[in-house]
Amino acid sequence: MATIRFTNVSKSFGKVVALDDVSFEVEDGEYVCVLGPTGSGKTTLLKLIAGLLNPDHGTITFDGRPVNKVSAQNRNAVYVPQQYALFPHLTVLQNVAFGPLARGAPPAAALETASKTLELVRLTWRASAFPSELSGGMQQRVALARGLASGAGLLLLDEPLGALDARLRLDLRHKLRDLVKNSGFTAIHVTHDQDEAMSVGDEIIVLRNGKIQDHGPPRRVYRKPSNIFVANLIGNASFLEGLVDSTVGETAIIELRGGLTVQAPSKNLTLTDPVILALRKERLRISCERLDLDNLFKGEVRAVRFLGNSREYLIRVPNGLIIASRTFGGNERAEYAVGDQVLAGFLEGDAMVFGYPAKGLREELEIE
Amino acid sequence: MPELDIREVSKTFGDIRALSDVTLHVEDKQYVCILGPSGCGKSTLIRCVAGILTPDSGQILLDGNSIERTPIEDRRIGYVFQDIALFPHMSVRSNLSYGLAVRRAPSNEIATVTNEMLDLINMRERARSYPSELSGGAQQKVAVGRAIATGSHLFLLDEPLGALDALVRAELRYELRKLASDLGLTVLHVTHDQEEALSIADLVVIMKSGHIVEVGKPSEIYHSPRRLFTENFVGETNLLEGTIVEVVGDGCVVNVKGRKIGAPRGEKSLGQKIVLCIRPEFVALSKPNNFGWSGVVTQVTFLGSHNRYVVDVDGGIEIVAAESTVEYSTGFRIGERVSVHVENSAHMLLFDYPAEGLESEISLE
Repeated sequence: MATIRFTNVSKSFGKVVALDDVSFEVEDGEYVCVLGPTGSGKTTLLKLIAGLLNPDHGTITFDGRPVNKVSAQNRNAVYVPQQYALFPHLTVLQNVAFGPLARGAPPAAALETASKTLELVRLTWRASAFPSELSGGMQQRVALARGLASGAGLLLLDEPLGALDARLRLDLRHKLRDLVKNSGFTAIHVTHDQDEAMSVGDEIIVLRNGKIQDHGPPRRVYRKPSNIFVANLIGNASFLEGLVDSTVGETAIIELRGGLTVQAPSKNLTLTDPVILALRKERLRISCERLDLDNLFKGEVRAVRFLGNSREYLIRVPNGLIIASRTFGGNERAEYAVGDQVLAGFLEGDAMVFGYPAKGLREELEIE
Repeated sequence: MPELDIREVSKTFGDIRALSDVTLHVEDKQYVCILGPSGCGKSTLIRCVAGILTPDSGQILLDGNSIERTPIEDRRIGYVFQDIALFPHMSVRSNLSYGLAVRRAPSNEIATVTNEMLDLINMRERARSYPSELSGGAQQKVAVGRAIATGSHLFLLDEPLGALDALVRAELRYELRKLASDLGLTVLHVTHDQEEALSIADLVVIMKSGHIVEVGKPSEIYHSPRRLFTENFVGETNLLEGTIVEVVGDGCVVNVKGRKIGAPRGEKSLGQKIVLCIRPEFVALSKPNNFGWSGVVTQVTFLGSHNRYVVDVDGGIEIVAAESTVEYSTGFRIGERVSVHVENSAHMLLFDYPAEGLESEISLE
């Protein structure tokens, strides 16, 4: 495939700006996930790469060559839409063989490619069924197979697992990644499921209102998100308002609203700056015994939420703030109950500090 | 006040048996989530209760009275769909008061109840807004408020949060649950979102192909399900086929592809074919040692609060393990040799090998 580069690309539909001055690069063989709320411009981005839309401004290049004038058919890219549009009058096998046939492969070779691809998505046993005889999940797998068999090196996948039940989605996302990686494809995969993005992507691009908010490997985006919106969208966090009280070397003393003071990293902070301290839920640890943490305070359990492989506790700390704590693992019976007095705390380095957003905290976190 | 009894209800569409002999009891003020794969019959079930569909056989009793023959408008049941169905040409206030107006309630009562609803859903300042001016989450809150305003006590929610973005969903589900508790509502809530069901339900009903598989509290459904289907469908698990080769008191030894593992025995007997299940978060990895099974890490996924590992254990067993990134900050790399063990054998569940075969038992269809 090729290295794809967007330079200052914008696209509007009437008054709605779908993509606003977007620049990024996807390397050959990379698996990139595009994450963002509904209406953030994810699908528009895919369609621009596919050649199904043309940008209003800016350039898109494949290996350094502008493709603005290259038709969709000649981009070596296949777009797999969210609504898997299979041919209803063709069998599963014929649907998958359609791409290679359309590209001029001899029928025997096209059918062989199709059979191999169906094996990959484990639908060989349904090869002669018609789409209407399949469940939604199976149809989605056929659509994926058709994309994979098309011969294109660049896969543009729009919510490829969106129609599947949670259990199947979990199984298939790892298979999908293996498939793409083993076949040497480049993939751009749009999703609004953050776990899915972290599981399959080498890189994650976060979009909001047509603008890129962050772009990097999952670990970096999770641990050092570029702003509050990204911190909220990827991985849950509590957001606490405060003022910088003093700084001592690498450490800042921050007074949270209500009077509780905590230590946090002092990087780029100025005295009396209003700040937002973001804390990943799993980083707020709770215990009945003393914990060796930089920030430790008394708290009361206000709610317990069972989430399967984890539990979330809402802890009310002395200044009245409620901070969430998430513990991974855990047994059938919760360790703490509503009303329990506990110690809660976090390490200085676990706090993520951001400047107070000009628009206000609520507006900055707003998803819709 | 409302107590719902669904007795042996069946419903077919042509050749498809959407519900077969479904029996379910919902107590007053209970919040019940129905969870199951697509096509399992969960929506059909609540549509039968709502009166949108008529069951082929069986009975639906509300407070002991059969309701099948009661017209929808007389059932006093609130109903909220996934697709937000507000009247687009009416303000939030008019949408909320619509049900009462249709029933020709006195105008002062309409005003009082509508104001209460606006406060309840925290939207008094948006009373004059039209649906198109609201976010999806806010629209769905109005839809819930509208259903409550009719004075119903039994609520049927069909994927009420399904059309919303993940973060909005997660927030709204707790608001919805609080509203139901505060008002003492009885709720039947259909969802395909496991976390949603586990986090807010008093009881979770697991359905598959028109049947109820099991009913239990969220923590029972996840930690000690009675059926293998549930164990596999809810959350992630390792399914290991094996045979009991030794029985010692309360424990037993299971042979899995030539490797042995100690497990609690339960009711199982020597020589029995079983499926041993263990959730990834109860599988521990360590640097190679003489305990546990030896294997090589083949996949590492960073998921924020935890890392998920796939380990190929020597002998052809694939094990998924998950470790908290808080307690175990270093983690393991692809290609690294590790020892795999289960620290607390009480976390292992043993199921009889399904008569119809493993694939058929865990199949979603």
